Amino acid sequence: MFDSADMFRAFNPHRGKSIVLVTGTCGRDWRGISEDEKRDLTLQGAMGQTNSAALGFALSQPDEKVVLFDSEGCLQMNMGILGTIAGMKPKNFVHFLMDNGVYATTGGQPTPNSGNINFAGMANEAGYASTFSFDNLEDFADSIEQVMQAEGPVFVAMKMIPKVENEPIGRRVRSPQRSRGETIKVMQEELGIKMA
Amino acid sequence: MVQQQAALLKPESLVSEFKKNNVTHIVTIPDSETNYLYELMKEQPWLEVVPTSREGETFAIALGLIVGGKVPVCVIQNTGMMESGDSIRGMSLDANFPLVMLIGYRGWNRHGIITDSAAKYTETFLHAMGINYYLLETDDDASRISVAFEDARKNSCPVAVLVGDEYHGFNRE
Repeated sequence: MFDSADMFRAFNPHRGKSIVLVTGTCGRDWRGISEDEKRDLTLQGAMGQTNSAALGFALSQPDEKVVLFDSEGCLQMNMGILGTIAGMKPKNFVHFLMDNGVYATTGGQPTPNSGNINFAGMANEAGYASTFSFDNLEDFADSIEQVMQAEGPVFVAMKMIPKVENEPIGRRVRSPQRSRGETIKVMQEELGIKMA
Repeated sequence: MVQQQAALLKPESLVSEFKKNNVTHIVTIPDSETNYLYELMKEQPWLEVVPTSREGETFAIALGLIVGGKVPVCVIQNTGMMESGDSIRGMSLDANFPLVMLIGYRGWNRHGIITDSAAKYTETFLHAMGINYYLLETDDDASRISVAFEDARKNSCPVAVLVGDEYHGFNRE
């Protein structure tokens, strides 16, 4: 297992001009590491559905690389998306999975069959163009350039250290987050997208 | 017989309405009564069909497409619409973007008692979500799709079109 903040630091130099979306507890680490917030997009809003929204955006902008950092809790709520993505074959889509094995935000209860699911194997069998699996930072850092050069849809399963939150919600310290609407507006201006 | 034929809601009329409203993507799960509509949509060079694995995906995929400047329509059955409740809430109503959803009104009829709970709860569900809707029964109603688009664009919200005809021509003979 490796730390999500370390993973994002290793990814960041290889980001290029990608549009990056994150979800899950581990995804919060991206905010302090990203150096191009104009291309950071938030499309969360329904249970496990960020991956579907990311696919929609990737289909709408085939010339932009779209990178999603998904979580296994989200993916397990919406597992059919693997087949949907594989079927649409978006060449510009990289689907990272941060698998920490737990629902970290609710106290660390294990996700179903935690630790025993081969997510990269599932993506491969669903029909992703290429898949990778990493359980340590060194291998991830050595391979990230290859991952980002691969033709999509690409799936990357990563074993993450859980960052469990046990404080009652009212006592948790929250770092400021940009709203979904704000990220959409800024990103559309950045890419020159006009609403139809 | 002649009157019944004249009442058919033709899939070509729906596709024509999509084109008129600059629709770019159909995000869908086909149902048992729409295979000809599906084939017709696939034949249109200006239209991309996105088949999904469950209906809840359609509203999230549609949001991503809208954010990217495209014009999707979600084409699903009423059962799937009810399955999609949280996606409709979080990915459509809360997003405040215009979206038209074409909903197959399974179990609906105007000639007798409705026994299918899918039909029984369809409009109740839309009322609960605060979503406006229009009913299509015959080819003469097809222009209501454009009305739904105007409504969605004016109010930046999702609007439903219920396909409630009993003798539509969405299947091949």
